Amino acid sequence: MIPAPFEYVRAETADEALDALVEHGDDAKLLAGGMSLLPLMKLRLATPSVLVDIGRLRDLSYVRDGGDHIAIGAMTRHRDLETSALLAEQCDAIRAVAGEVGDNQVRHRGTIGGSVAHGDPASDLPAVLLALDATFIVRGSAGERAIAASDFFEGFLETALRPDELLAEIRVPKLAAARSSYQKFNRRAQDWAIVGAVAVRADSAAARVALVNMATTPLRAVAVEAALADGATIADAAQHAADDTDPPSDLNATPEFREHLARVLVRRALEAAS
Amino acid sequence: MRISVTVNDTVRTDDVEPRLLLGQYLREVAGLTGTKIGCDTSSCGACTVLLDGESVKSCTMLAVQADGTSVTTIEGLAGDGEFHPVQAAFREHHGLQCGFCTAGMVMAVVSLLDEVPNPTERDVRLGLEGNLCRCTGYHNIVQAVLAAAGGATT
Repeated sequence: MIPAPFEYVRAETADEALDALVEHGDDAKLLAGGMSLLPLMKLRLATPSVLVDIGRLRDLSYVRDGGDHIAIGAMTRHRDLETSALLAEQCDAIRAVAGEVGDNQVRHRGTIGGSVAHGDPASDLPAVLLALDATFIVRGSAGERAIAASDFFEGFLETALRPDELLAEIRVPKLAAARSSYQKFNRRAQDWAIVGAVAVRADSAAARVALVNMATTPLRAVAVEAALADGATIADAAQHAADDTDPPSDLNATPEFREHLARVLVRRALEAAS
Repeated sequence: MRISVTVNDTVRTDDVEPRLLLGQYLREVAGLTGTKIGCDTSSCGACTVLLDGESVKSCTMLAVQADGTSVTTIEGLAGDGEFHPVQAAFREHHGLQCGFCTAGMVMAVVSLLDEVPNPTERDVRLGLEGNLCRCTGYHNIVQAVLAAAGGATT
């Protein structure tokens, strides 16, 4: 399978990439690691006429201490998240989830920014970023703006990114003492999650919980968090995992099975993070 | 577009269409057919090669993305008529049946052992989750990897 023809532009700087987006508008698509976009292009489900390769913007590949937060460059590969000592110390949930993305080969190429900008509800990292109340720093020709994770994911493969914008950085809180767990259910080792649940507990009373593949976007399990805050046991709180969800139906699972999985996986994630 | 890629220690310069995949480039332009294209959807790992020493799936990468990098295929692994230790371990432990997945499996193992020099059996199985053997010959593959790792550390 070969993608449809396209014009290839290699950006050496973020400004060059933004110039190309302004010039080509909706016809252009940014290429980061290509782990989601290239399969779509090979299947001709995506046929951008211009591909702007930002994979070489090494100045957007970093994990840094930002003072009150950890700053992650959008072009940081999953492999570099998985092996980051700073993340292991300050925000281990990201490191752990990055290690569950695809397989080694995918993690050598795929980037956190690409995963976020793609906006797939079945992706692993968007859910943990939602649970952590991450902030996305976006650059456009008009300047920079910050978007809260809770405002970013708008629909299936749809985000708040405008066609002339580039995701530059992801900021996550420092949670050195937090415990976290990601429970990913799939049938084959490297597959997408049929359902996933991530729990992050900074202290024993509160928990942040998010769900993978339970709607057209990643979701916060608001009802579970509220039940825990009201003093419910983990087992009782997890019963609310499928509240206000809209799980898809496909060959792998019916919506009812996904609702069941969400309740089980949330319970396991909370138990493991306690 | 003109690209320059070091393939198995030899620099090549070629004019390629931007949509040419790295796997096709290696097989059809460079003539190195040891790299197999299996599922063509980034699942099976038969097309695994090393890009600057790290395993990647060459069916899900454009040749133009490899411009300026160093690519190693199965043909570039043996030196001076001697098998690479991973190849030798696969032969010794019969880590293959039909052989279709073998080139990709070996390249994935070379990358894995570079990152995890002393793996447990679980490390090996998790580390090779991106490579499928449709003969289901995983047992001997895992034994071969463990032997190659042991051999490399003595």
